Amino acid sequence: MVSPQTRFDFPASPVAELRSVTKRFGDRLAVDGLDLEVAPGLCFGLLGPNGAGKTTALRMLYGVTKPSTGTVRVFGLDVALHPRTVRARIGVTLQENVLLEALSPLENLRIFGRYHLLREPELGRRAAELIELFELGSHARTPVRVLSGGMQRRLAIALSLMNQPEFLILDEPTTGLDPQVRLVLWARIRDLRDQGTTVLLTTHYMDEAERICDHVAILAHGRLRAEGAPGALVRAHLAPEALELDLDAAAEAALFSGLEASPRRLRAGRRLFVYDDDVRPHVERIRRRDGGERRPLVVRPTNLEDVFLAVTGTSLSTVPAEEVRP
Amino acid sequence: MLFGTVSLPHAIAVWQRNAAMYRRTWKLNLLPNFFEPLLYLLSIGVGVGSYVTQMEGVSYVQFLAPGLVAVAAMNGASFEVTYNTFVRLNYEKTYDSMLTTPIQPEDLLCGEVLWAVTRACIYGGCFFVVIAALGLAPLPSSFAALLVLPMAGLLFAAIGIAFSLRVVTIDLFNFYFTLFLTPLFLFSDIFFPLKERLPGAWLWLAEALPLLHPVRLARAAFRGELSPILAWDVLYIVALSAILLAAAARTARSRLTS
Repeated sequence: MVSPQTRFDFPASPVAELRSVTKRFGDRLAVDGLDLEVAPGLCFGLLGPNGAGKTTALRMLYGVTKPSTGTVRVFGLDVALHPRTVRARIGVTLQENVLLEALSPLENLRIFGRYHLLREPELGRRAAELIELFELGSHARTPVRVLSGGMQRRLAIALSLMNQPEFLILDEPTTGLDPQVRLVLWARIRDLRDQGTTVLLTTHYMDEAERICDHVAILAHGRLRAEGAPGALVRAHLAPEALELDLDAAAEAALFSGLEASPRRLRAGRRLFVYDDDVRPHVERIRRRDGGERRPLVVRPTNLEDVFLAVTGTSLSTVPAEEVRP
Repeated sequence: MLFGTVSLPHAIAVWQRNAAMYRRTWKLNLLPNFFEPLLYLLSIGVGVGSYVTQMEGVSYVQFLAPGLVAVAAMNGASFEVTYNTFVRLNYEKTYDSMLTTPIQPEDLLCGEVLWAVTRACIYGGCFFVVIAALGLAPLPSSFAALLVLPMAGLLFAAIGIAFSLRVVTIDLFNFYFTLFLTPLFLFSDIFFPLKERLPGAWLWLAEALPLLHPVRLARAAFRGELSPILAWDVLYIVALSAILLAAAARTARSRLTS
């Protein structure tokens, strides 16, 4: 198997590309001058808080939202001009599961396959394959209504694979799911990528992006703030070690004044983040200053969450959740 | 051409989705269709009819029968394109999901209308069977009334879906049923001949009532009489349906795409 990083080093023509794309809803700018390129065979993560323009960007990729300015191409085709052709070759899983709850997973798959004009025996064969792949065999003929949330999500993703898409778009595939269900889904998504499907997913979980994405793009307020491989992105923006603690601005100023090389610091409310090649000296200084008291603090490797804070100025957890509904 | 962009295979896929859901519950759905006409005929036809000796040369219950066939078709289509369409559009997000596949807004509109026409034929067909079994439908001439079912279905599917795609709250369907369909039911030549009750100068206005036209066609079929005015009835149904479906296609595009 070729590692994703190697594959990315040989650029083929992109599966999807947005060129100077802007989308305006009334006087609100949902997407603002966005340039993105999704290379084939990768798992591409679009990161950002709610309201960043992720869902709008996705809707433009499958052609239900038309850009106000700029062009969106998938497989080299202008999506606005060839929506049917493009959608025949892609799969899309929406944020909300859309399932026929009175019918079984098998029936759901067959009905969805008909939207792609699949016929017997292909229709039945493909439905059976996906039941197997997503481990839904025990409930294949049970009404979807009684399936667990994890099973329903798996079925929703399976639907979007009925047409064997070359490009799979997943809008927040694991939001609201149990940790072990997320692990299973991540494994499936990686398998699909390894078999050659290009995957684009949106998420506001940085751990998800780090675990399964080969390339990530950080979006905030409709703009691209940073992109690259997760590890490279972290290295490009911040020192490798992070120290995290609650500290107000006055105490922070006192603590770091008079240092010849002051480390990079970021703040989200009361929470202070300090980045350095080695944060131990800062921990020691804090301990000395605190006297005998051992204030709770965290030392950890720098991650995408920190990059997000660095490039957007806001922490994912403190950004107000405003829904973008086109 | 207006409907040139519809892909019929995709519209049929939408129809199949609805048919699959209906098959799950058809036994429960079908039974009331047989009882409803019986109740009307019993209460109004036999009950009220016993005080009315004759209406336009036939017994009252015979006068009533063809109009009720058209009403059954109207109801079959209307239930489908009102609550069901609204729920698929706004709550279940069915249409958003369809639009991730090669299905376009025009295809799903066409599929929904085809399905509503199917429901109209099922409802009206059941009604017709009951009426025929009671000897109230002169055979074979009244078989022609079966042709009215898809026409009435198309007309009320078009009216209903043009409305449903525009409304923002489900409560507005109360108005649609109580202040639109019920008055149509009561004043469209079904229970009494309009031309005998309405001053002549107002009769042309009654021609605007959509249900009047399928009712007149059904009654003509039951009587086995052809007359020139029936051409106007067919024209009205086709033209109004086409206009409303074109409007609905525009609304569907603007509601589902941006």
